Amino acid sequence: MEALKQPWPWYLAGPLIGLFVPLLLVLGNRRFGISSSLRHLCAAMGSRLPFFRYNWRAEAWNLAFVLGIAAGGFAAGVLLPHPGPLELSPQTAAALRQMGLSPEGGLVPQELFSWQAVLSWKGFVFLLLGGFLVGFGARWAGGCTSGHAISGLSAFQPPSLLATLGFFLGGLLAAHLILPWALQALR
Amino acid sequence: MALPIPDEFPLEASRPTPSVLGLVPYFVAGGFFGFLAIRSEIASWYRIYEMFRFESFHMYGIIGSAVLTGALCLRLLRRWGLEIRPSEPGRYRYLLGGVVFGLGWGLVGACPGPIYALLGSGVAGAGVVFLGALLGTYAYGWLQRRLPH
Repeated sequence: MEALKQPWPWYLAGPLIGLFVPLLLVLGNRRFGISSSLRHLCAAMGSRLPFFRYNWRAEAWNLAFVLGIAAGGFAAGVLLPHPGPLELSPQTAAALRQMGLSPEGGLVPQELFSWQAVLSWKGFVFLLLGGFLVGFGARWAGGCTSGHAISGLSAFQPPSLLATLGFFLGGLLAAHLILPWALQALR
Repeated sequence: MALPIPDEFPLEASRPTPSVLGLVPYFVAGGFFGFLAIRSEIASWYRIYEMFRFESFHMYGIIGSAVLTGALCLRLLRRWGLEIRPSEPGRYRYLLGGVVFGLGWGLVGACPGPIYALLGSGVAGAGVVFLGALLGTYAYGWLQRRLPH
């Protein structure tokens, strides 16, 4: 049981994640992708927009999959939690402290993700806007990290390479330019 | 009238609705993925930030070895005629949509898989990120015809 609580190294986790591409293909000829579930949820809530008018029930596997992800997150995060902070690189930890974030918040910085942060309007807007960009961008690009960076690159699909380049370009901009400014505004 | 945008879920080619029992394997597979997302720390805001600062190999090792594993498996499966669905044609959508996604990824440090995993592990902020992602998805559906693809 103790071994299940320890962080897994990249050379174990990476190949295991890669196996989801053949697994879902064999299970039901599905393309491993997660952000489509957000579209199915909008469709299931009965949106009248043409983009959401399709037979989402035929794609219910994706909703079962993400429900499973939450259950797995519960098992790993609540039932078998890893005690103690992450082992971050010293440079990253120093940069975090400089921006006023504790590197010892567990999986996520408490200054951004705790109830206290959620219930402050600035903290709420920060998370909501960030999530909005993730949802909007994922649908525009037709997939997220799982659909493009893992599935698409595994199949050598050029559009997925383009999307993955975009992911990193946006992420670099956010982490280096926007985040320091946003954290200042949050204080 | 703009040209129709190719869609991954065309109405006319819709597959039959699966039974609840048929969904169980996907739920179980998702469970493994969620567990993995927490234990490998890909669901950690810190790991994403560290990745964009190029100060740790962890995330690059994970993505690289995942792609390599996926590619090798797809190579084998191709012999049995199994192939993953190709992406829709387009150029702007991938680059521009990708950048927008990346901006969010770099700020809230979670892509959709980890959002669900963090929700399950009881991280309060993940609920707000999830709500934002739903709103963003809806907004795309509303603006789709006006965006370059």
